[in-house]
Amino acid sequence: MSGVSILGVRHHGPGSARAVRRELERLRPDAILVEGPPEADALVRLAPALEPPVALLAHVPGAPSRAAFWPFAAFSPEWQAILYGTSAGVPVRFCDLPAAHSLATERDDDDQAGVLADPIGSLAAAAGYDDPERWWEDVVEHRGGDTPFEVIAEAMAAVREGHEPDGHEARREAYMRKTLRAAVKQGFGRIAVICGAWHVPALSGPLPSATADNAVLRGLPKVKAELTWVPWTYGRLASWSGYGAGITSPGWYHHLFDAPDRPVERWLAQAAGVLREEGLAVSSAHVIESVRLAQGLAALRGRPLAGLGEVTEAARAVLCEGDDLAVELIQRRMVVGDRLGHVSDGTPMVPLQRDLRETQRRLKFKPEALDREVDLDLRKPLDLERSHLLHRLRLLGVDWGTQGQARGKGTFRETWTLGWRPEHDLALIEHAALGTTVAAAAARRATDVAAGSSAVLADLTSLVERCLLADLPQALPEVLAALSAKAALDTDVTSLMAALPAMVRAHRYGDVRGTSAHGLAVIVRSMLERIRAGLPVAVTGLADEAAKGLLKHVDAVHSAVALLSDTPAGGPEGGPESGAGAASSPRGRWLATLRGVCDRPDLHGLIEGRLTRILLDSGELDDAADRMSRAMSRGQAPARAAAWVEGFLAGGGLLLVHDPRLLGLVDGWLTGLSGEQFTDVLPLLRRTFGAFAAPERRAVGERLRSAGDDDGTEQDVDERRAAAAVATVLSIIGRGDG
Amino acid sequence: MTVLRPHAEDQYAEELAVLAKDDDRPRPPGWKLSPWAVTTYILGDGERVTPKYVGARRIVEVAVATLATDRALLLLGVPGTAKTWLSEHLAAAISGDSTLLVQGTAGTAEEAVRYGWNYARLLAEGPSFEALTPSPIMRAMAEGRVARVEELTRMPSDVQDALITVLSEKTLPIPELNREVQAQRGFNVIATANDRDRGVNELSSALRRRFNTVVLPVPATAEEEVDIVARRVAQLGRSLELPETATGLAEIRRVVTVFRELRTGVTEDGRTKVKSPSGTLSTAEAISVLTSGIALAAHFGDGVVRPADVAAGIVGAVVQEPVSDRVVWREYLETVVRERSDWRDFYRACREVS
Repeated sequence: MSGVSILGVRHHGPGSARAVRRELERLRPDAILVEGPPEADALVRLAPALEPPVALLAHVPGAPSRAAFWPFAAFSPEWQAILYGTSAGVPVRFCDLPAAHSLATERDDDDQAGVLADPIGSLAAAAGYDDPERWWEDVVEHRGGDTPFEVIAEAMAAVREGHEPDGHEARREAYMRKTLRAAVKQGFGRIAVICGAWHVPALSGPLPSATADNAVLRGLPKVKAELTWVPWTYGRLASWSGYGAGITSPGWYHHLFDAPDRPVERWLAQAAGVLREEGLAVSSAHVIESVRLAQGLAALRGRPLAGLGEVTEAARAVLCEGDDLAVELIQRRMVVGDRLGHVSDGTPMVPLQRDLRETQRRLKFKPEALDREVDLDLRKPLDLERSHLLHRLRLLGVDWGTQGQARGKGTFRETWTLGWRPEHDLALIEHAALGTTVAAAAARRATDVAAGSSAVLADLTSLVERCLLADLPQALPEVLAALSAKAALDTDVTSLMAALPAMVRAHRYGDVRGTSAHGLAVIVRSMLERIRAGLPVAVTGLADEAAKGLLKHVDAVHSAVALLSDTPAGGPEGGPESGAGAASSPRGRWLATLRGVCDRPDLHGLIEGRLTRILLDSGELDDAADRMSRAMSRGQAPARAAAWVEGFLAGGGLLLVHDPRLLGLVDGWLTGLSGEQFTDVLPLLRRTFGAFAAPERRAVGERLRSAGDDDGTEQDVDERRAAAAVATVLSIIGRGDG
Repeated sequence: MTVLRPHAEDQYAEELAVLAKDDDRPRPPGWKLSPWAVTTYILGDGERVTPKYVGARRIVEVAVATLATDRALLLLGVPGTAKTWLSEHLAAAISGDSTLLVQGTAGTAEEAVRYGWNYARLLAEGPSFEALTPSPIMRAMAEGRVARVEELTRMPSDVQDALITVLSEKTLPIPELNREVQAQRGFNVIATANDRDRGVNELSSALRRRFNTVVLPVPATAEEEVDIVARRVAQLGRSLELPETATGLAEIRRVVTVFRELRTGVTEDGRTKVKSPSGTLSTAEAISVLTSGIALAAHFGDGVVRPADVAAGIVGAVVQEPVSDRVVWREYLETVVRERSDWRDFYRACREVS
C-alpha cells in the first residue's frame, strides 16, 4: 500500500522512540496507528496532561480479575507517537485486537510463548550475541544516524520466513490489517503504523485479502471492556509489561532517551552523585577512570559503544571499589529508578474504585464525609465483612475508618470512626496498578511492604496480624517468608522475644477464625528455637535495668509458650534430647532451656530467682528449697539475694502464705542479716513486698507471727469433719467420683 | 630435575604460543597478547586452551580491561577464591613472566617495593646505579612488565604507600642518585588482598583510588562447588598418600551444603534464612574439613567417611569466635539440620561434638 509506513519498534526502546519521533516529523503523516487496544482511542486526548510512566488499563466491569495493562514510559515509541499525534493534531488510533475480545478469552500463556518464539533472540544469536538486549542496543538503539526501520523490516522478514501465525497472534495481526484498511478507505494518504518489530512483515508487502482477515475475526467471544489510564512506576515496568517485552532497566533507558549526548559520561557522573549523597567519597578522578574502564571493556567485548553492562562493571570496579551494596544502590536508584507517573482529573474511574463502590453497596456501608461511629459485631457475617473491608483499606493507606477502643468485653467487637476524604480517592488511583479489587490490591501491598528492605521485625509481625484481620490469606505466605527471613537475621534475641507473643496470638487467632495461617506454626516454632539458642548468651552480664527488661520478655514468652499446642512437631524427634517424650514439645524444650540457664552461676539474681519460680510452678524442680537457701546463703552479696527474692516472688506473695518452708527460708535469711546488710537490702525488699496486695502482706505477717508458737497447725485437721466439705468442693469442680 | 610446581608461563607455554600465533587483534604496547587473547587464555576456548579460572566471564573481562587501560588491578576476595592463581595467569599471559612478585607480610620492608643497596659495592664505589638492588616492582617498571603484589593489606601502611608514586606518576625516584626509573609501556601492578581478615592494614584512600577493584566471588552454584571440592579432595588425597577411602559424594555434598548455607545465610531451597558465622567458610576450608575426615576414617575408622568424621571439622571451621558463632551454629543445627530427616546421623554427630 502506498503512503503507508510501517515502523517496527522495540517496545520501551529509547532508540526506537527517538527514531519514531524523527521519522514522524519527516513523514508528516495524516494518521497514526499504534499497537494497543482500540477502545482507548478516546483516551488519547488525555495523554498530554499525563505524566509518564502511565499504563492503559483494560478491565471487565464486574469481573475484576480480568484486566490487562499496557504500560508507557516517556521513552516508549508508542508514547512518543501519541504525543506527536496530539501536538500535531493528527488522529491517533490503536490498531491491536480490541480488549473486548482479548479479555474474553482466557489468556493462555503457553500458547503465547510458542507463538512469539523470541525473534530478537534468534537475530541476536545469529549475530553472535549472547544477550538479545545488547544486540538491540548495538544495532538499533546506538545507531546514531539513518533510520533503521527498513533494516529491521528486512531482518524480521528473514526471521519470520516460513512462520505461519495462528491463534491469538493471527487474530491480532488480522485486526491490525483491518484497521489499516479502514484508515486507507477513510482517505488518509500518509499513514504511519507503530507496532512491535515482529508484526512488520504481517503488515507490509502483499497482504492477505480482507475477506480472509474477516474470516479469522468472525465469531470471536466478546465482553464489555472499559479502559482508563492509571499511574505506573518504573519498578513495575521492570517486573511486568502488557506487551510481553518487559525491560529490566527502565532508569537506564530513560537516561538514554533524556541525555542529549555522551550518555556514558553523564550516567557515571550521575552515579557518582548518588554515591556521594550516601556519604561515599567519590572524586572526579574516579569518574574519569570509570569512563575509561567502560570504554576499554566495550572495546574488549568488541562493541561500538559502552552499554549498561559495561557501565555497571565500571561503576562496580572503580566507583564502588568492589562493594556490592553500593552497586545495588545504583541499581535500585538509577537502573530501575523510582519514578511514579500521575494521571489527570478527567481520567475515568479505575476498577479499584469501582470495586470499592460495589462492595460498599453490597455491604450497605455508604461513604460519608462527616465522621460517624459504628460498632461492628464480628459474629455477624455482614459486620465481619465490613471489618475486613476497613482493615484492607487501611493496608492501602485509605484511612476511611479509624479504629477506636471497643466498648464492652470480648474480642468480637470493633468500634470504628468513619469519614471519607477526597484524598482517599487519589490513594485508590495511585494504587490502581496493585490490583483491580480491594482485596487483591491490599494483598499485593502487604507483600510489597514485606519485601521492602526497611521493614523491621516488629513491622512484619504487626503486618501478619493486619493480614489476618483483613482476611488476606493470599498475602500471608510471602509476609511469613519475609518474617521468617528477618527473624533468622535478627541478632537481638530480645526483639525476637518481643515478637513471639504476637505471633502465638496470631496463630491462635487464625485457628479461632478458621483463617488459614499455615506456616505460622512453623515460624513460631523456629522463632522459639532461635530464642532458645540465643537466650543463654542474652542473660550474660546484665545490669539491673537490662535484667528487668529481659525478665518481662521471658515472662511474655513463657506465657505465650503455654498457649502453644503440645502436639509434637515434625522432624527427627526424641533422639538427642535429654529426656524423651515431654522434652520434644515446644513447652518441654523451652523449660529445658530455662533449666539449663537457671543452673548457671553467673546469672543476675533477678533472673535466676524468676526462672527458679517458673520452673517450680511448672513442676520441673524438686530442689527449690535448696536453691533458695543457696541463693540466700552468706556467700552471696545481700543485694543479689534481695534481687533473687524479688524475681522469685514477683507475681504475688501467695506462695509465701502457703509454703511455710519457703517462708521459713526467707524469714531465716532476713533475721540473720546484720544491721548494715539489712539497710542495704531494705529498699529492694520494700519494692518487692510493696508490690504485693495488702491482704497478702497481712496474711504473710500473720503467718510469721504465729509461726513461732504454733507451727504445724495445718496438719491438725479433723478429717472426719472435713470430709463433707471436701466432697462438696470436688463435686463443684467436676471430680465428684474421681 | 623436576620442579615441584612450574611457573604458569612454563607449564602452559604451548597454549600461550598457540594463542600468540593466531592472535591478530591489536595488542596494547608491551603486551605479549591482545586483551581478547588473554581473556581466552584464562577462560579457555573449549579445545586447545584449557580453562584456568572457572567463574563469571565478566570478572575476567573487567580485570583484563583494567590492565589494558593501564590502571592497577586489585583482586579482593575471601581466602580460597583463586586470587593469586588468577593474578599469576594474568601476568603470565600479558608479560610472559609471572615471577615479579612481592609477598606482603607484616615484615615486608620498603626495599621490597622500591630498591635496596648492595652494601659491599656501596662502600667500595660509593652510591651508583650499579650498587642498587632493584625490587621486583622496579624491574617490572624498567622492563615494561606486570608486577604482582600478594596480600597487599598485610603490608605495613607506610610500605603500601610507597606504591602511590609508582602507580600515579609511573616513576620511581632515587633521590640518593638524583635520578629516577621511569616505567616502560606494559608496566602494571596486580595486587591481591583479603577483604574478610582481621588485623590487616586497610589501604589508604589515596592508594585505593589508584586501583580498580574486582571482587572474586565464591563458587556460584552448589554443583560447581561440589565439583571443585571433589576434584581437589581426590588430588590432595593422592599427593598426601592417604590410604584409599570411599568418600561418598553424599558426604561431600553435605559438607558443601552446610558451608554454602552458612556462608550465604540462606538454605539451599531458599526458604529459610540462617545467620552467618564470623569465619569465611571458603571452599578451601571445606576441602580441608573433608581431607581431615578422610584421614580420620582411613587411620582410625573403617575406611568409609561418615558424618562423625567430618562433624568435628565442621564445628571447628564454623565456630571461630566462641560465643557468637556458637549461637549461630546451634541455631543452624536446631532449625535447619534437625528438620532434615536424612541428616539424622549428621545431626547426632554434631550434637555430640558441640
